[in-house]
Amino acid sequence: MSKQEFIEQLRKGLADLPREDIKERLTFYSEMIDDRMEEGITEEDAVSRIGPVDTIISQIKADIPPAKLVRESITPKKQLKTWEIILLVLGSPIWLSLLIAAFAVILSLYISLWSVVISLWAVFSSLIGCAFSGVIAGIIFACSNNVLSAIAMHAAGIICAGLSIFMFYGCKAATKGTLILAKKFVACIKNCFHKKENV
Amino acid sequence: MDTQLKRGLLDVCVLAAIKSEDSYGYKIIKDMMPYIELSESTLYTILKRLETANMLTVRTTEHGGRLRKYYRITGLGLKRIEDFKDEWKEILSIYRFVTREDNENE
Repeated sequence: MSKQEFIEQLRKGLADLPREDIKERLTFYSEMIDDRMEEGITEEDAVSRIGPVDTIISQIKADIPPAKLVRESITPKKQLKTWEIILLVLGSPIWLSLLIAAFAVILSLYISLWSVVISLWAVFSSLIGCAFSGVIAGIIFACSNNVLSAIAMHAAGIICAGLSIFMFYGCKAATKGTLILAKKFVACIKNCFHKKENV
Repeated sequence: MDTQLKRGLLDVCVLAAIKSEDSYGYKIIKDMMPYIELSESTLYTILKRLETANMLTVRTTEHGGRLRKYYRITGLGLKRIEDFKDEWKEILSIYRFVTREDNENE
């Protein structure tokens, strides 16, 4: 057997091994044969002194921890196959629109969450507005000697001011709660994608 | 011979083969030949193990238009040989104990 034949058979026999490992071993045996030939031994003889290829292959495999062999064989191929790419392109009207719809749903949920908070603050600001205008209207009525209306307007203004104080704390709590909820919401979406990547 | 014991002994043999000067695969096998026969695949495994254990370093040099790997012993490798010499004394005394009855009978 020639050196070339020996190396080829060895390469085929060690196909399960990690690529770097195969390359290193082949270089090692090739160097061994070359060194023997340098001493004046014929190529055939040098190869036969290394021993039968099958014995060498089984010896090498016996020395390697099985985990290394298994890990190499179950590593998934990262490249997409041609038919997968074709299916992706052909299916794009379906999956692309579904993706956009899902994104829109998520976005609208997020916006509606914040719109509740915004409307609460709007109620708060309108209460303050009512309080101020109530007091001002009361003063105007008082100036025009309409005592009953003046008292009613002042009372309405003070009630609005009192309500707005309550409203302020309510709005603050609602904003805090929404912030926490929004954070959790984003984290949840993130987690969904991470899990998919890991699988 | 017990595989575990033989493996440990062969490690020291290979270290001893590169102790005085840097050597390459075929020369290591040739130097050990009169004492112990070593197959190429066994040598490869031993060299790899010793390299991982930092007991030797590898360098590739050009030789006659091709590349050849040379192995050099490190301080850790030299220490392993010295440790082996001490261990051997222990093994010898164990041997004497194991064979003491045979000696008495003679």
